[in-house]
This record gives sequence, C-alpha cells and structure tokens, in this order.
Amino acid sequence: MTRVTLRLWAALAAGALFGIGLVVSQMTSPAKVLAFLDVAGAWDPSLALVMGAALLVTVPAFRVILGRGRPLLDESFHLPVKQSLDARLLTGAALFGVGWGLAGFCPGPAVAALGSGQADPWLFVFGLLIGGWVAGRLPARG
Amino acid sequence: MENFTPLSASIGGLLIGSAAALLLWLNGRIAGISGIVSGAVEGHGTPRGWRWMFLGGLVLGAVVALAVTEQPLAGITGLSGPLVITAGLLVGFGTRLGSGCTSGHGVCGLARFSVRSLAATLTFMLAGAITVFIIRHGLGG
Repeated sequence: MTRVTLRLWAALAAGALFGIGLVVSQMTSPAKVLAFLDVAGAWDPSLALVMGAALLVTVPAFRVILGRGRPLLDESFHLPVKQSLDARLLTGAALFGVGWGLAGFCPGPAVAALGSGQADPWLFVFGLLIGGWVAGRLPARG
Repeated sequence: MENFTPLSASIGGLLIGSAAALLLWLNGRIAGISGIVSGAVEGHGTPRGWRWMFLGGLVLGAVVALAVTEQPLAGITGLSGPLVITAGLLVGFGTRLGSGCTSGHGVCGLARFSVRSLAATLTFMLAGAITVFIIRHGLGG
C-alpha cells in the first residue's frame, strides 16, 4: 500500500476510536453534557473527567510524538501556526459555547450521533455546516 | 452528583485521547472535529480524503458502540427542530471563527500548551455554563 492509502486507513482507525470514546463517555447524549454545564443544578462532573483522561494521554503522547520531528506516514506535522489571542478567537469560542449550552452538542458528538437513529444530530450538523460556511465568508482579518 | 459516571467517563476520555495521539503520530494531524468537518466539506485547498475517512470512522465507531451499550438518550436534545438548527448555526459559526471546538482546543490544543486553546476552552466552557444557567435557573425561573 502507498503511504497515501495508509494515511486514509489511519484516519479511519483514529476516527473509529474517537467515536467509540465519545459514546463510551456518553458525550453523544446531550443531557449528559448539559448536566456538566449546569453547575448551579444537579452538577455532573463527568465531562471534566473525560477531558482530563484524554489529556492524561495527549499531554505525554504529543510531547513524545512531536519530539520525533515528523509523523510516521507524512513528511511533516500539520499544526496551527497562530500564537496570539485575538477578538475572533474569543468571540468565536463564546458563540460556540452559547450553541453548546443550548443543545448539548459540540461538533464531535453531533457527527458521531448521526448514526443514532435520531433526527437532532442531522438538524444540528445541517446548521453547523451553514454556520461554518458563513463564518468562512468573513474577511480574513477583523 | 447522582448521575456522575467516573468509570465510563475515564475510559471514554482515554480512548478519545488515544485517537488524537494516533492521528498525530501516524498522519501528523490534529483531531479537531470542527476543522476536519469544514475541511472535508469545503476543501480549503487541503487534502480531503483523510478527513472523510476520519468522519466515516467516527460515525461507524459510534454506531457500533451505541449498539453494544445502553444509551437511551443518545442524540436527543429535547428541543424543537428550529432551535436545534439554531444551536448548530451558532456552533458552526463560532468554531470556524474561533478555529476549533472541544476536541481541537480542549484535547489537542491544551496538550500542546497552546495559549489560544486555553483561552478558547475557558471561554466556551464559561459561555456554555452561563447559557445553561440562564435557560434552567435564570429569567425568574
């Protein structure tokens, strides 16, 4: 197999593992996510543990992987280059948070739940694509 | 905290972190779902094949996991259709403007000690908590 083909299978495997993780952690259930965000109600800290456990892997793993200089199946890493804070980042994150708090879906769980047999993930992802497309039309610098 | 599920949350988190590490180790890519989705659909002049494969894997993995676990509330928001679409619009617009979501900033960005990701994560967590507070406890409720 060529390296390009191997990269496709690697992406499929990583995606599948990610999807299993989202379901096992119950992040595909909006009620579970909203219970985490509801700090003044019957607070459910589970999501903090999901993120904490994920970081327990990624913090040391990223350090080792990035220290190797290049990925196994490509010439170089594809990493974000921006370093400084700006209004776009914070405004975007705030708007994302409002939508997240409204429905209990963020992009990963919503896409993962497309096969759940429910209509909500499809409606949400429809909105997600439109919203992303509109934001992509904005002037690059603002 | 009667609904706290520490075991499944930890196992799921370890799987999510492993998936992100696998994608970086093999393909050199960040497992940020919002970016992978927009790149898959819109292109941005970058390779799209791996993005579709990742998203296909995401759906397949979830379908299999949903079939073998008890998840009666999976995929259900309890909101009307227009509100679900509105939430999607906000999340799509916001994650594009803010260059990432829970996975890209929260799991991958924090692991690279990115200041932008830390600021974004704190911001969307706070905005999410305020939104839920207003809906559930605010407005005289």
